[in-house]
This record gives sequence, structure tokens and C-alpha cells, in this order.
Amino acid sequence: MAIISRGFAGRRSAGEVKLPPGQYLTTDFPVLSAGPTPRISLDRWEFTIDDGTNVMQRWDWNSFRDLPRETINVDLHCVTRWSKLGTSWEGISLDTLLANVKTDLPFAMFHSYGDYTTNLPLKDLLNKQAWIAFKYDGTDLAPEHGGPARLLVPHLYLWKSAKWVKGMTLMQHDKPGFWEGLGYHIYGDPWLEQRYSEE
Amino acid sequence: MAGTEVLGRVTWRTGKVVALLDETLTARTIVIVVPDWPGHVAGQHIDVRLTAPDGYSAVRSYSIASAPSPDGRIEITVDRLPNGEVSPYLTQQVMVGDELELRGPIGRWFVWRPEQVGPVQLVAGGSGIVPLMAMIRSRTSAGSTVPFRLLYSLREPGAIFYRHELQTLSSQGDSVVVTYAYTRVTPKDWPRPAGRIDAELITSGTWPSSLRPSSYVCGPTSFVESATDLLIAAGHDRERIRTERFGATGERK
Amino acid sequence: MNASMNYLDGNAAAGELSRIFAADITSAEGKCANCGAKKSFAEAYLYMRCPGLVARCALCGHVLLRFTNVRGRLFLDLRGMSYLSVDGAPLMSGEARSGHAPKE
Repeated sequence: MAIISRGFAGRRSAGEVKLPPGQYLTTDFPVLSAGPTPRISLDRWEFTIDDGTNVMQRWDWNSFRDLPRETINVDLHCVTRWSKLGTSWEGISLDTLLANVKTDLPFAMFHSYGDYTTNLPLKDLLNKQAWIAFKYDGTDLAPEHGGPARLLVPHLYLWKSAKWVKGMTLMQHDKPGFWEGLGYHIYGDPWLEQRYSEE
Repeated sequence: MAGTEVLGRVTWRTGKVVALLDETLTARTIVIVVPDWPGHVAGQHIDVRLTAPDGYSAVRSYSIASAPSPDGRIEITVDRLPNGEVSPYLTQQVMVGDELELRGPIGRWFVWRPEQVGPVQLVAGGSGIVPLMAMIRSRTSAGSTVPFRLLYSLREPGAIFYRHELQTLSSQGDSVVVTYAYTRVTPKDWPRPAGRIDAELITSGTWPSSLRPSSYVCGPTSFVESATDLLIAAGHDRERIRTERFGATGERK
Repeated sequence: MNASMNYLDGNAAAGELSRIFAADITSAEGKCANCGAKKSFAEAYLYMRCPGLVARCALCGHVLLRFTNVRGRLFLDLRGMSYLSVDGAPLMSGEARSGHAPKE
């Protein structure tokens, strides 16, 4: 049973902005990581899509950057309660990346350089909901924020936007990734405050 | 008795602030009396929890600065970080008489006990001095004459914690040898230009590896890594170096 | 050593992990399931700026331990360690914790 610390307020959100429940507004860009920042050279970088058996698509950095790209402006919501609004990114839509992928596998597990993983339903990656982003705020994405390229899925908590992404594996059944397997919600909708797994 | 000590370490309890001492313009020592304090060993830390009226809470770890003592009094030294959430509160708003929630003592690896007889090398980076000062004070209060050396690296003379006490110790014969290293601003006519610690400073300012001292290195992670690498390059055995890393900004979390 | 310096060490996790472990974890010895290195937990690299706590082997970077606190429920994954070993000898009241004579 905690005692109240006289006069302590902690960080607080400002103004009338509508945020998902339990979030506060931040103007900086916190760096959260479960491990060391990977340093990936662009001539070894690749992004693959596989179904667990066969590689269906593969891009190296040059062929990846040749794809049609978009600039987007999105809000970020981290499960550690900070939200950062109006962030600007440049990236390639998952609609583009999945355009030639024929599958009825409904789920995907993203893998990162390092050992991070996160799972998502395929339908949450389509219809302008997800990008592989390589620029933030007009400049090349910095390594500590996931550069050379990270997944960006703004409608879910930020742990789903895997940094240093290197590929996705399509799966029949949803399986928990790095944090989902340790008490965090399998889906993670910030507007429904789906931070933790249901008991 | 042992049972309650284990529980005491795990559960939160409430201490009372009985004194506040400014160490520098930004750092303050907080003296706390903790009922049923089980005692501690130099090097251990406590976790402090602050709770806002709406239930929001923040937890930070602080090394205990004081020597073990039987009267249930412990001291922590907190440095105010520019963007800190907890340190501005602890260094500027806490008043004598306030209650603080804490748990501990925590840690059994980065500790020094007076029973240890070998020579000791302490290497402090900034606020990493705090647990090492507990070791120095523990040595004094136990009446130990074990050879201790301290290499204290910090930004500028104004940032020295425990200045007067370290000065007094240095001037006593059979005591702790202190070497200061300034990284940004030095005192006037200082023989060494401002800069990070390097191999030359290890050679001139620490025990030689042939003495096989037990070394304790504490400070921000990058400081701990380079100081440890330098000690090993100077011939110290990695197994005899114990480290404790604070956050990049000096915060323990 | 990793260049990004965004980690602490096992000492920083001891408070949180004391909610699960009765023994202080900093002096516990762990064996990395990946490279076999045996070190005290205090020497592990601790990543705490994330939705949980991740301890990695200082030698090979393999995840040794993951810990989360979700709504008061604690989760612990120890699969990255072949073992975790603590001194099981019963403590003498007072002295072993505080380093001085027991209070009567």
C-alpha cells in the first residue's frame, strides 16, 4: 500500500489533445530497447517474406529502395505510456510489399536483426495500416530508432513496430512474439488499452 | 530474524527524512531513519518509490552512501538530472520530516566488507562515487587499515561529493589515497589537462596490478566500460574487478 | 562490450527480481545456455528501457532472462540460462546481511 509522496506529480500530459487511455504526451522521442543497437551494413541488409518453408519475396537495400515509397504522418503510442503525435516518416507500404504474395495464411511474425520478434494479423498490415520505414523526420532513420528500416504499425502499441526489421514469416496460427509471450497483449490496440494479455 | 530480513528487502517500507545536506549545487544527501532497518553492507542500494495522489508511481535505485551502523539511519546522495522525473523532487522538494517509501538493502555482489583484508582500488565516475564512499566510510567505522585508493573522475571541481570528508581523509597518514581526474574543467594550475581517464592516469593514480587489489568501478555505463578495459590493459585480473553501472545520465534506471 | 552503452548490469535488476527470488540474485551464478559462460548475475548486461527487463550474456549477447510486471503479475523467462545457482547455506541472523554483529 503506497504512501502518497507530498507534492510529487510525475510527468503529466498537457492540453486538450485526445490520447488513448492511460497515455501522456511527450515531445521527445524515447529510445526503448531490449538489447544492443544492431549495426547493419546496407550491403548485407535484406527483407524477406517467407511462409516458414519457402522464401516468397526478398529485397536487398537497392531493390527495396526502388519500390514506390510514401510519406506519412502518424501518432505513436508506447505501452510504457508515452505518446508522440504527428511524427513524419518515409517508407514502403506493406500493401506494396505484399502485392505479389499469394497466401491465405492469416498471421505474420516479424523478425529483427538482434533477436526481437512480434506477431500481427495480416489484415492489420494491409490497407494503408503498415509500412517499412527508412526515414524519420526527413532524414535517414537513426540506428537507435530502428535504422536502417523498421516496421511501423501506428494503430497498435509501438512494441509491434519492430525496429531493425529483416523479414516476416507468414503463419497459420497466431503465435506470441518477444513481449507477447511474457504477459503483453497478443494484439495491442491502444484505444482499447490492450496492454496486457487477458487472464 | 533471518525471515524478516528477507521480507524487509522485498517489501516496501517507510522511512523518515531527518536531515538534508547539500553536496554540490545539484546534489543533495538525504538522511533517512528506517524503522527495523536490518542493516546493510557498503555497496548496496535501496529502491525509492514516489507516488502521486492519483496513484501514479515512479521507482529509482540509489546507492547507500553511509557506512553500516546499528541505529537504522541510512544516507543516499541524489544528483539532480535536468530531465529527471524523480531527482528534481528528491533534491528540491523533499523536506525534513517527509516520509519516503523504500525497499532494500539490495545487492550482494558489488559490496565490500571489513573482513576483506586485501588492498582495494575504487574507481568512480561522477555519481558512481556514492557506493564507493560507503565502502570508505565502512572501512573507517570498522577501524580497518586496509590500503584503499580512490580514482575519482568527474566533470569539474564543483561536482565533488563529500569534498570535505575526502580532503580530511587524504591528509591523514594511514588512510585513503585519493586521485582526482577532471574531464571538463580543472582547478587552476592543475598538472593534468581536462580529459577522460586514460592509461597514464591508471598507471599514476591507481594501485599497480602486482598488488592484486580488489577493484570496484562504478559510474555511467560508458565510464565503467572504459575504466574496466584500462584496468585490464594494465594487468589487473578481470575476476578481481567488480562493476556497477548507472544509466548514461548517471541515473540508476 | 557493445557500442551503444544503453544497458546497466544485474545490480539494477535486483530490486525487481527480489519479488520472485528469495535469495539476492546479484551474487547468483548463471550459466549462459548459448555460449556456456558462467558469471554472477551482477555481470549480466541489463536492458531496462523497454516494456520489461532483459538480461543478456556479457560475452555473447544471448538473452539470459526476461522479466515483466504486468498489472502486478510478474512473468519470468529463464530459458536463456542452463542454470542459476545460489548459495543455499542458511544465513546467520544479522551478521551475514549487515556485516556486523547481530542485534540482540
